[in-house]
Parts: sequence; C-alpha cells; structure tokens
Amino acid sequence: MSASAASPQEPMVTQALAADHGLKPDEYQRILDLLGRTPTFTELGIFSAMWNEHCSYKSSKKWLRTLPTEGPQVICGPGENAGVVDIGDGQAVVFKMESHNHPSYIEPYQGAATGVGGILRDVFTMGARPIAAMNALSFGAPDHPKTAHLVRGVVEGIGGYGNCFGVPNIGGEVRFHRSYNGNCLVNAFAAGLAQADRIFYSAASGVGMPVVYLGAKTGRDGVGGATMASAEFDDSIEEKRPTVQVGDPFTEKRLLEACLELMASGAVISIQDMGAAGLTCSAVEMGDKGDLGVRLDLEKVPCREEGMTAYEMMLSESQERMLMVLRPEKEAEARAIFEKWDLDFAVVGETIAEDRFLVMLNGEVKADLPLKALSGEAPEYDRPWVPTPPAAPLGEVPQMDPAEALTRLMGGPNGCSRRWVWEQYDHMVLADTVVRPGSDAGVVRVHGTRKGLAFAADVTPRYCVADPVEGGRQAVAEAFRNLCATGARPLAATDNLNFGNPEKPEIMGQLVGCIEGIGEACRALDMPIVSGNVSLYNETDGQAILPTPTIGAVGLLEDVARAIRMAPAAGDALVLIGETRGHLGRSAYLAELFGREEGPPPPVDLAAERRAGELVRALGAEGLARAAHDLSDGGLAVAAAEMALAAGVGATLDGPPEGMTPAAWFFGEDQARYLVSCAPEALEPLLARARAAGVPARRVGAAGGDAVALGGARVSLADLRAAHEGGFARIVSEA
Amino acid sequence: MKSAVIVFPGSNCDRDMAVALERATGRRPAMVWHKDAALPPGLDLVALPGGFSFGDYLRCGAIAARSPIMRAVADFAARGGHVLGVCNGFQVLIEAGLLPGALMRNAGLKFVCRDVALNVVTADSPFTRGYEAGARIVIPVAHHDGCYVAPPETLARLRDEDRIAFAYAPGDNPNGSAEDIAGILSANRRTLGMMPHPERANDPLLGGTDGAALFEGLAGALMDA
Repeated sequence: MSASAASPQEPMVTQALAADHGLKPDEYQRILDLLGRTPTFTELGIFSAMWNEHCSYKSSKKWLRTLPTEGPQVICGPGENAGVVDIGDGQAVVFKMESHNHPSYIEPYQGAATGVGGILRDVFTMGARPIAAMNALSFGAPDHPKTAHLVRGVVEGIGGYGNCFGVPNIGGEVRFHRSYNGNCLVNAFAAGLAQADRIFYSAASGVGMPVVYLGAKTGRDGVGGATMASAEFDDSIEEKRPTVQVGDPFTEKRLLEACLELMASGAVISIQDMGAAGLTCSAVEMGDKGDLGVRLDLEKVPCREEGMTAYEMMLSESQERMLMVLRPEKEAEARAIFEKWDLDFAVVGETIAEDRFLVMLNGEVKADLPLKALSGEAPEYDRPWVPTPPAAPLGEVPQMDPAEALTRLMGGPNGCSRRWVWEQYDHMVLADTVVRPGSDAGVVRVHGTRKGLAFAADVTPRYCVADPVEGGRQAVAEAFRNLCATGARPLAATDNLNFGNPEKPEIMGQLVGCIEGIGEACRALDMPIVSGNVSLYNETDGQAILPTPTIGAVGLLEDVARAIRMAPAAGDALVLIGETRGHLGRSAYLAELFGREEGPPPPVDLAAERRAGELVRALGAEGLARAAHDLSDGGLAVAAAEMALAAGVGATLDGPPEGMTPAAWFFGEDQARYLVSCAPEALEPLLARARAAGVPARRVGAAGGDAVALGGARVSLADLRAAHEGGFARIVSEA
Repeated sequence: MKSAVIVFPGSNCDRDMAVALERATGRRPAMVWHKDAALPPGLDLVALPGGFSFGDYLRCGAIAARSPIMRAVADFAARGGHVLGVCNGFQVLIEAGLLPGALMRNAGLKFVCRDVALNVVTADSPFTRGYEAGARIVIPVAHHDGCYVAPPETLARLRDEDRIAFAYAPGDNPNGSAEDIAGILSANRRTLGMMPHPERANDPLLGGTDGAALFEGLAGALMDA
C-alpha cells in the first residue's frame, strides 16, 4: 500500500515517533520486518495500543501461564472479558478485577469512576447482570500532601459511578503506605450473575457478518491511555490529564439494559467491550479469536466531535461502548432495542475471510495489517529477574501495654473503620445484600434463590516485599479465610497484580515470586484463577510501590440464611482455631506502632489453612459457632476487638501461655487462624469437632461486659469505638 | 390490589420495589416504561422507584418529571389514585409538583448509605396505617440529594395538616433536612414521597423488616377499598 503524504494530522512514521508511542527500537524493527514497509501513522497507533504492556502482558505472560486456571467448577478461565464459574442450578457467577491505577493518580474522580465502569462492562459483556462490586485501594502515607485529595476523589468517583449504575459495593480494602505516595492503586472488582448456558464470548464467526458499534459516541478522550498506563511517571504527569477518560454511568446503565435485552433476543454472535485502546483492541480480539479478518469503515463510527482522524478513532478510550458481531437477519430488532434506550447503534464494518485488519475512512485505506500478527506476534519477554533475598531475622521486639497497643492499632490509618468509605457506596441496592461491608467478606443473595455469594479482596504487601513467594501464598490464604469465615465454600479467584518496573530484575523477581506463591496456594486451596489483570510500571521517579498482588475471591453459600456473622453474644466462649507461635515479623504491631518493617513474614501452611477453613465452615453449617472472624493484621487482639465492636459486647481474653510475650500472643500474625464464638454449652462439642478435624483449638476467653480486656490490660468499648470510628476522618482532614 | 412501577432510564430500584409490592400484595406489579403515555387500566397504586433517572445530571428527578408517563401519573393522582415515590421517586414527585418543597444536596455534601432511625409521625394515611404514630423504626437511606427544604409557611402547613409521615430520629438526620423531614404526604394523603428505602427493609435476611408494614398496610388499605 502506498503511504499517503505526511500531514500535521498524520506525520511520517520514524523510529523517534515510534519511541514516543512507547515502542522500543527492537519492537519497532519487529513491525518493519512484519510489514516489509514503514507503517502509516494510524498503523503505528494500532501497534502501540496492541503491544503495550497493559494490553499484551508481554512481561508477565510467561509467568501467568503457570497459574492454575481449571477445575470442574470453571466454565471459562482467563482470556475472555471475565472468568465464569458454575454455582449450580444452571447459574454462573462471572467476575474479574482490574486496575485503574495511573488514571486515578492523575485524575482521581474520573480515573476511579471509569475503572468501575470498565470492570462492570467486562462482566455484562459476557451476559451477566452485575450483582456486586468491591474495590482494593492503596494510598500513600496519610500525612503525604496528596493523600487526602486522592482518597476523597477516588472514593467519590467509585461511589458516583457504582451508585448511579446500581450495583452494591459490598467490600474491599483500603491501605496506606508511603510506597504509594506517587502511585495510588485502584483495583476494581465486579461480579455478575448469568445463566450458565447463556454466556457470550468475543470470538467472531461467519464471513460477511455485520460488525456493529453500540453505546456512547467516540470522542478524543483517553487517546493513548493504555500506552500511558504502561510507562513510569515523572514530573510531566500533569500533562497526561487529557489521556484520562470521562465516565457516564447513566449511559453505562442503559448499555447494560440494552445489551441484556439484545442478548435475550438471539441477535448476538459475539460481543466485546471497548476498554483499553477501544476500537482497536476490541476489533482485533474478535477477529483473532474467531480466526477472521475485520474491515472497519470509520466514517460510520458515531463521533462526538467533528474531524476526528482515523488515528484518534482507533485509539480513543471513550467509555460505555461495545462492539458486536450481529446476526444480519436480526438487525432491525437489535436496532429497535438500542433506539428504545436512546443509544447509538451503527454498522461500522464486517467480518472478512482473510487474515486482515483493514481500516478505511471515507474510502481511503488508513491501516491494512495482518490481524493475527497484532496479537499473536506481540513481543513476549523473558525478563531477567533475581529472587528477593531472605529477610534478616527479626531483632528485639519492644513491648507495649496491650490495651494501648490495641487502641492505637484500631485507631491507626490501617486499622481504623472504613465506614467513611463504604457509607459513600450504595451497598444495598438490588435488595439482596446479606452481609454488609466491614465484615470478613460481603455476601449477596442470589436473587430469587436460597444461595449466597461471598466476595473478599486481600493482599498484605508488607509480607510480599519481604518474601514474594510467602506473600503470594498469604494473599490467597487470607482471601480463602475471609470466605470461610462467612461460611462460604471458596470457588475461584481473580488476581490483580500491581508491581513496579519489570525491566528491573529485582522487581521482576517480586512478580515471579508472588505468582509462584499464588499458584501454589490456589492449587492447594482449590481456587483456580479465572481472570485477572497485570499493572506494571507503578513507579514514580524510580521509586516502586510495594508488590501488591490483590486477590479477589468468590465463594458459595448453599443456604445464605446460614451465613456466619462476626457478632458474638454476651456469655459466648471465644475459641481460637489454629496454631499460635507468636510470629511478629512484618506484623502490623511492629509496622504501625514502631515504624519497623522487619523480619520474615509469617509462613503459610496451606494444608493447615485448608483444614482450618473446612472446620470453620462446618462449625457454621452445624450451628456450633455463632460468630467467626479471620485473624490477620493485628492478630488475636484485633480480631477480638473487631468482633466486640460488631456485637456491641465486650470481650475478655486470657493472657499469653507460658513462654510467650504479650505482644506475640495478642498481636502475632500466625496464619491459618480464626476466632470463633459459641454458646457455653456448645464449647465441648466444638472442641471435639476441632480435634476430630486435626485442627488446634482452645478456649481463649469469653464475650461480655463493656470492655476489651487483654490479660490484665483493658480498654472500654466506648474508647475503642471512638478511636476506631474517628480514625478515617482524620486522614481525610475532616476531623 | 393492582400496582405499577414506573421505569425511567437510570431507575435502579425498580426491581426491588416490584419485589416488595409482590410480597405484600401477592400480585406482580406492571412495569411501565417512561415513554408510555398511559397507565394500565384499573390501577390502585403507582410507585416511582429509586435510582438515578437520566443520570440525575441536572437537578435530581427534573427530567424524569417531564417524561410522557408523568402526565398520566399526575392525572391518576388528581383522580384520587395512590402514588408512592421512594428516594429518586420522591425527587421526581417534587419536580413534578405533586408534593411541595425541594430536595437539595445533603448537608455533608456526600452520598450517604446507612441505616437511619425514623419516627413515624402520623399513622393517618394508607401508607403509615400499619405503624403506630410515634413508633421508632430503622430503614436505610442511600442518596446524595435528600436534604428537604421548603418555605416556613409550607413547613407550617405540612405540620398543621399532619402531613409529615416520617421524620429522622433526633440526632440521626443524615442529610440536614428541615425539621428532620424524611417523608411527606400530599393534601389528600394519597401520595407519599420519602427518602428512606422501605423496600430494602422488607426481609429479615437483609437486616431489618421495619419497611414491611408500609407495604402491608398499603395492601390492606387498598384491598379494603
């Protein structure tokens, strides 16, 4: 093809221009070799969109392949818009987690809002109605000048989008650590409910089938967003604001309803949402998966602005758009559905037999590329990596009055109540929320049934940085525990891997190590990874975030009325499940109270996790346990205090056993542990049940009174509540 | 009792409302699209659900109030029909002029979703007859624009005519509403608008059943009618 003459809109392509698009010299050479000519400007844009880290997973692919992705419950694993898992009765849960880190740092409200929008679209593209959302957020130090602004904007953006769309936001996590000062993390999770035999995929089929554009119009917003998200930040960050998209949850809500109506009509052959790199990624994906070519006539694309170039249209990341391959005989019916919802519906191209991605504008060829090569030939790297050296052993651990330590942990930035956050999220819309935020896992009823679905999101980055493999295992184990603590049987998980620059061997070593640990834990706990997302280059001026592989996990309750809660009754015995050795390395106790991030993280015994989790589920199902809570940050004392606050009933814990310090006993973070409560008469049967299961269990105290007592130390429930509830407002400068 | 739920683009509590009405009446409500010009015949109740009609990008409820169906709803109310508006539905009723006053941005300027304690101020309406006047109930709110305001003479009239149906319990006003107003009745007592969501407090599994008496009382009243 003859490249048309250069113009201000369509400059000549050179190696320098390719570099501006984030393509390395060898990657650009690969394009020249593939085409046997210089690409056009539009083609360069398409390659940069398809081959950036965000879309191609070029640094992580080799390692992601090692994760377990299959199981009898898995209907669809990674590779589609979201994972699909069987929940019985012909129903399926569809879910995924995805990051919107870079945009949220640049423009917190819109960045976070469109992150929610993107993940919701991933779910309903597959034919599922979204029924739950969560968010895992990481911010910089509470006293960093940008933190309060980012927290307020991100939380408001998540609420603004999800509340309007109408999906309950039922959980997640919020953490603060100075390593996120220049790179906050916004990991958005969504889950939807579908008929197991009515799942929609992206693979096109049939030659000459109309390719239809659905939803909102295309504007210049977000052009180059995926490329931006694949680079480190530096001082020029403020100039990147135009690459952040603007969300329109009202249009998304209409798009949901219109798509579900359309899917029910039988008109859809395949469908793909336009997310990162919009029209480019979605069209290539549909062609590639269906072994077909695609021709697009861009003058038919509904545009918000006049005079948009082919380059801009192909790279726009305008939100709330879908691409679909339609059964031609259903066109009139499909168009009527979209007109009813006042949404755009335009036939913009067709499937073609050759392996070709042909992009035309007003009869002029703007791109003519081998389609399969765009994804199949994308670079893949086996980047050099070094394992993280073992952490130095933990030195002397300072002691503090346990009641004071507890109060400070419970009121500190990482331990205080997140009510300020989740009260800004509608967590009850759809009227199926059974366990609200603030518990181990959020639980929603499967509408019209007795079943429930539990959702949890977890990771402990300060463990991951000390020992990525152990940290990876622990993230999965904690998510598993949170599901078990509500009585749910863990089904599967999604991973959102947030790391620094993979071109640095030590960062690559963190990624490799965490994936190894995650894979091992997912295999041992029967929780295959069915979807996920990788976010690299989370660095500013060379400073990387803590490795943060967030695990989103989903579990099933056969009878949601039997969900285990967190609130004991006065007089209940408190029973500690699992073995306590008093591990304080990398503990919240050391990090939050003494500013020390030292020692190795607690080891994870996956077989013990499994036994303990199965025991707790059984205790709930058999009615032996009244309440349960997993032990994680802050150990036994924090778990007891959280249960006490949930119930409005105090708790008394015995002091440490012989040979253990109060700090190790009350605040140690040994894994595979739960605190459960039971009626006094249920204590013996409960302990017998634990013995039979081979799980250590012992009575460690009782619920009652109006204080939390730790051995001899005590703090009133009122003081504890004031510290716990007041903490967050101080961070966002509202107190 | 025969009921209908109006569906605006952006309504997102339409199903929740239908579930609550069906539970109380045993009959599935008709779902009526906002572009329709007429209501189904023989209705006893029209419900306007919560959500974000038209995104609420302008004043909440302002565009929905001008939907084709709202003329029919106004006629229905004028003929003595019963109309219930919850949350966005309350905002629509106000924008349509079927209830007095205005709903402004919450005093805290943030969206707020939580349980609130309410006082049932009057039991003298088809909506509140299932409660005792003065009863304390707990029902969740979820809104960004629920701060009720009205001129002093309107507030006085609402008070004098016993048209304040629900008030936030002292100290638990989530949005800064005048006189802690959470819900008000029309002059004929057959239209109720309220910010809290009774349809979310209608099932013991969901953490409360204090909203059930509203639907059951209504079903009883309209069954008797």
